[in-house]
Amino acid sequence: MSILDKHKILETNATLLLIFSFLVVTIGGLVQIAPLFYLENTIEKVEGMRPYTPLEMAGREVYIREGCYVCHSQMIRPMRDEVERYGHYSLAAESMYDRPFQWGSKRTGPDLARVGGRYSDEWHADHLRDPQSVVPESVMPKYGFLEEKKIDGKYIGDIMATNALLGTPYTDEMIEAAQADFRAQADPDSDYDGLLERYGEDINVRNFDGQPGISEADALIAYLQMLGTLVDFSTFTPDASR
Amino acid sequence: MSKKSQKFEGDPNTTGHEWDGIEEFDNPMPRWWLWTFYATIIWGVLYTIAYPAWPLINGATAGVLGWSTRGDVAAEITAVEEANAPVNAKLEAAELTAIAEDAELGPYAVSAGSAVFKTWCAQCHGSGAAGAKGYPNLLDDDWLWGGSVEDIHATITHGIRNEDSDEARYSEMPAFGRDELLEKEEISQVVNYVMSLSGEPQDASKVEAGSVVFADNCASCHMEDGTGDRAQGAPNLADAIWLYGGDYGTLTETVSNSRYGVMPAWNTRLTEAEIRAVSSYVHQLGGGE
Repeated sequence: MSILDKHKILETNATLLLIFSFLVVTIGGLVQIAPLFYLENTIEKVEGMRPYTPLEMAGREVYIREGCYVCHSQMIRPMRDEVERYGHYSLAAESMYDRPFQWGSKRTGPDLARVGGRYSDEWHADHLRDPQSVVPESVMPKYGFLEEKKIDGKYIGDIMATNALLGTPYTDEMIEAAQADFRAQADPDSDYDGLLERYGEDINVRNFDGQPGISEADALIAYLQMLGTLVDFSTFTPDASR
Repeated sequence: MSKKSQKFEGDPNTTGHEWDGIEEFDNPMPRWWLWTFYATIIWGVLYTIAYPAWPLINGATAGVLGWSTRGDVAAEITAVEEANAPVNAKLEAAELTAIAEDAELGPYAVSAGSAVFKTWCAQCHGSGAAGAKGYPNLLDDDWLWGGSVEDIHATITHGIRNEDSDEARYSEMPAFGRDELLEKEEISQVVNYVMSLSGEPQDASKVEAGSVVFADNCASCHMEDGTGDRAQGAPNLADAIWLYGGDYGTLTETVSNSRYGVMPAWNTRLTEAEIRAVSSYVHQLGGGE
């Protein structure tokens, strides 16, 4: 009996076929997925990555809600044209606190992985309000309603707690102070020492949308202005063997 | 399932399945297809030997060719950098003002600068450098901080009113309305006066009172005649060129709440040669001094 004839036993027995298909998929999955959990070079050690501040986290929620990822990627691929246009290629470590990651798969608009600091806050506010006012050839819809919608960060601590449950290193103190930090980051006149102490000296503390109060635009711009700026590339040597 | 059968002389065997009298010939697969299939299997094995593939304990196999995505992009960028290194070195060594005259550097700086501009500057200043409301037009000869190639170079290198560079150009106009430095009526007067400098005021009766308000509050930066002061980035108010708009409503907003235009510092993202190239490009657009 040749091996092909033995295969016929599987093909003619639905239950056996199911069991063996499951085995094949399991082995394939293990080979592909399991090494990612222990291979040292999956997420390399970089300096500067930190969990998102409450305001940035709120901006990230807006980013996801509005489906920004549908037209914007956050993944600079290791190719010369992308590196020249957007900056250093993205590292896995830069998405380590993204749940879910925002790599996207399509670029109707440009990549945003390193948009932080590239434009002024006012540009972002103008651009969200009316993208064509600054980039006439843009096809981006208007998001002016974001600055109308005031938010208070009431539930941002819950979102952080959920992320902490999944492994993001938010301390209890960070979660407790979430709403206070949320307010402090959008108000340069406030006492934001606690925020800097918890998240680092490089946090942008500004009135991002230039309007009184904290709006969704404040949160989104805070998030955008942080993107790609966390990793300290002066201390980073890429491991070329990957 | 029926037995394998041949209904007609010369027919191949059937697969042995039969439903409602329909049977299926058990033809062998075409030989070219089969060999292609085997070839892909061999190719697959060779590929995983040649290129990074199998996960091991500490990392994946590196592949005998030693190829990697990162190595590839690094090599590609290095090759381009090396090809441009001699001319970039000359560009960095040259006197800024001499670049435009140089037969080799001039054209190189303008075309390289044009590429830099379209990648990094066009989003605010427009792909044709004509600017937009709040983002200066770089084609005209109205400069906030100076239009010589050195001034442009300094502005691009350190930016304006940003937190990234200590040497960023900085000035801040007071918010005369928000911070209650001027009464509403005084603001209206001074706005009418400013409008009168370059054209028709909205309410001519307020111009004279406005000139007093202007002399007391504005002239220290914008100069007594309103022509501005580049050392402080104070715009010329008498030339009918407006960054935010010269109508009554916009000027009232500007005087009441001030403006605070920010430009990022580019020395963190661009090389010195790129900054020099884009400075030369902007300088030759039409307004360079």
